[in-house]
Amino acid sequence: MRIGTAKENYTADEALFDTNIQRGWMIALMIALFALPFMTGQYAIYLVCLVMINIVSTTGLNILTGFTGLVSLGQAAFMGVGAYTVAIMEINLGTPFLLNLLIAGSGAALVGIVVGLPSLRVKGLYLAIATIAASVILHFIFANWTSMTGGVSGLSMPPASLFGLELVQPDQVYWIIMPITVLMLFGAANLFRTRIGRAFIAIRDRDISAEVLGIRLLRFKLLSFAISSFYAGVAGGLWAYFFRVITPESFPLLMSIFFLAAIIVGGMGSILGGILGATFMTMVPEILKMMVGVLSPIWPDAVAVMSPVRVVVFGALIIFFLIFEPDGLAEIWRNIRRFFHLWPFKT
Amino acid sequence: MQTTEVSSLTTSPPPTLAGQEILSVDGLSLSFGGVKALQHVSFSVEEGSVTSVIGPNGAGKTSLFNSISGFYTPSEGNVNFLGKNVNKIAPPDRAAMGMARTFQNIALFKGMTVLDNIKLGRHAHLKTNILEALFYFGPAQRTEAALRREIEEKIIDFLEIDHIRNSSVGALSYGLQKRVELARALAMQPKILLLDEPVAGMNREETEDMARFILDVKEEWGVTVLMVEHDMGLVMDISDHVVCLNFGQVITQGLPDEVQGHPDVISAYLGSGDVTALRKKFKEGR
Ligand SMILES: Nc1ncnc2c1ncn2[C@@H]1O[C@H](COP(=O)(O)OP(=O)(O)OP(=O)(O)O)[C@@H](O)[C@H]1O
Ligand SMILES: [Mg+2]
Repeated sequence: MRIGTAKENYTADEALFDTNIQRGWMIALMIALFALPFMTGQYAIYLVCLVMINIVSTTGLNILTGFTGLVSLGQAAFMGVGAYTVAIMEINLGTPFLLNLLIAGSGAALVGIVVGLPSLRVKGLYLAIATIAASVILHFIFANWTSMTGGVSGLSMPPASLFGLELVQPDQVYWIIMPITVLMLFGAANLFRTRIGRAFIAIRDRDISAEVLGIRLLRFKLLSFAISSFYAGVAGGLWAYFFRVITPESFPLLMSIFFLAAIIVGGMGSILGGILGATFMTMVPEILKMMVGVLSPIWPDAVAVMSPVRVVVFGALIIFFLIFEPDGLAEIWRNIRRFFHLWPFKT
Repeated sequence: MQTTEVSSLTTSPPPTLAGQEILSVDGLSLSFGGVKALQHVSFSVEEGSVTSVIGPNGAGKTSLFNSISGFYTPSEGNVNFLGKNVNKIAPPDRAAMGMARTFQNIALFKGMTVLDNIKLGRHAHLKTNILEALFYFGPAQRTEAALRREIEEKIIDFLEIDHIRNSSVGALSYGLQKRVELARALAMQPKILLLDEPVAGMNREETEDMARFILDVKEEWGVTVLMVEHDMGLVMDISDHVVCLNFGQVITQGLPDEVQGHPDVISAYLGSGDVTALRKKFKEGR
C-alpha cells in the first residue's frame, strides 16, 4: 500500500518515474531484459524479438494516431521503406548496422512527411484513404524497381555484425533489437514531457484552438508523421536484420491494420498502451496456436479443425476487450495499480 | 469624407487613457453568405486599458474576436497590432507576437491536466527541438523545470488554482475551467488578452473573483485587456472604454457611463425600448 507521494521540488515532480517503487520496478525490468537470452530457448527469444519490433512500430503509430489524432494505414509500408533501405545498404555497402538503421529511419521519415502533406486539409477516414494510396504506391515500387529491390523475389541480405561477430540466431539479434526498443520507448515517453508532445495532443483535441496558442498546424502534423515513420523505418530495419529476406509481400496492408488494432486494444495516446497492445496482438495468436498444439496428441485432427476457431477466438478477444475497457489494456493496468496502491483502505 | 472626420473626432479616446494604441481595427467588414456579421467596424484599444465590447446576441462580437485573432479573413478593413498591419499574419504568428485569447465556449484540451494545459500556453516561446525532446537532456530538462517553476509561482498562485493543478480539466466546474483558460492565456506572455465572455455562466462569487483577476492582470502584469461581456455590472465596473455593437456595426463607443446612458444602446438591447427595465438591469449588475 502507498498513500500519496510527497514531492520535494518541481524537477522531481516532472520525472518520468516519480516514485522509488516505480524506479525499482524499472531496474528489475532492465535486469530481466539483460538476463533473458541466458534463461530461455531460441523460440522464446524469437517471440520476444518479434514483440519488440512490433512495439517500436506500434509506438510510432501511437504517436501519430493516438497522440496527434491523425489516422494512418501506412505504417507497414513505412516499415518496408526501412527494411529495404537496410537490406540495400547491407548488401551493397556493408556499412555498420547502427548507421543503416539510422538511415532507414530517416528515409522512412522523409517518405512519411510526403505522405503526411494532405493532413492539413483532410482528416479521419479521408486521411486513412490517402495513406492507403501511399501504401499501394510504395508496394508497387517495392515490386517493380527490380534493380534496387529485386522485384517480386525480393532481397536476401547478410546478417548484422557486431565487433566482427555475425548476429544470426534470435538470441544474437536480440542484442540489437532490445536496446534500440528500450531507447525508442524512452524517447517516445520523453517527447510528451516537452512542448512537442503537448502540441501533438493539442492538435488531436482541437486543432483550431491549438493554432491560437501559437502552434503551427502543418509543421507539427508533419513532424508527427516524420517521427511516427522514423519509428516504423527503424522497426522495419530491425525486421530486416531479424528475418534477412525481404519481399514486397513482407509488409502487407493487413499489417498496418494490425498496428492500428494494437493501439486501439492497448490504449490510444498511451505509451504503455502501445507496448501492451503490440504484445497482445503478437502473443495471443501464438498462445492460441500453442494451445491447439497441446491438444494434438489426444486429438490428431486438432490443428486442422481448430485453426479457423483460433482466428475467431482472437477476433472475439479483441472485441471483448474493446467492450470491457474501451480505453484499452493500459487503462485496465492503471485500475489494477490504483487498487493495490490504496488497498486495503479503499477499493 | 467629412462625416468620417467628424466621427473619428467624437470617438477619439478620452484624455484619461492617452497611452499608446496597442491594437486597432479599421473599417472591418465580414459576412457569412447573406449575414453581415461585421460592417465597417473601427475602434482602437489603448495600451494598459480594459476595453469592453458589448452588444446583444448575434451582434458580431465573437466574429470580431475571430477576425482579430486571424481565424476569419475579413472582406475589408485592417487589423493593426503593435503598430503593424497583421492582416496577412497567420493565427499562430499573431499569438507569438503577444495576442492571447480565451473562448466563449471554453477551448481547453480535455485529455490533459491543468498544468499541461497551462504549459501549452508557452509553446510559441519555447525552443526545445526534436532531439532534445527525445533524449530529454540538458536544455529540454532546464526549459521544462524553469517553465514549471514560473507557472507555479506566478500563474497558479495568482489565480488560486493550486488545488487542481494535476486534475484533468474535463472534471472541473465551469468556473474553474474559465480560470484555467485564463491561466493558459497568461502563460503565453501576452501583450493583449482577448477574453470572450469571461464570466458567462458564473455565480456572483466567481464573477467577483474574475473581475479582481482581470484588474490585477491589467494593473500588476501590465497586460491590456479587450473583452466581450454581457454582464453589464462587470463591464461598467472595470472598463476604461466600451464599444457597443449591434447588427455588426459600432453604434457608439466611449466611457462606460456615456455608453450606458446612450439611447441607441438601450434600444439595441431592448428592441422595443423599455428603458426603465434596462436601467434597472444595469444597476442590479453593479
Ligand atoms: N462561422 C459562421 N458561419 C455562419 N454564420 C456565422 C458564423 N459565425 C457567426 N455567424 C453569424 O454572424 C452573426 C454574428 O455572430 P457572433 O457569434 O459574432 O455574435 P456574438 O455577438 O458573439 O453573439 P453572442 O452574444 O450570442 O455570443 C450571427 O448572425 C451568426 O449567426
Ligand atoms: Mg459570441
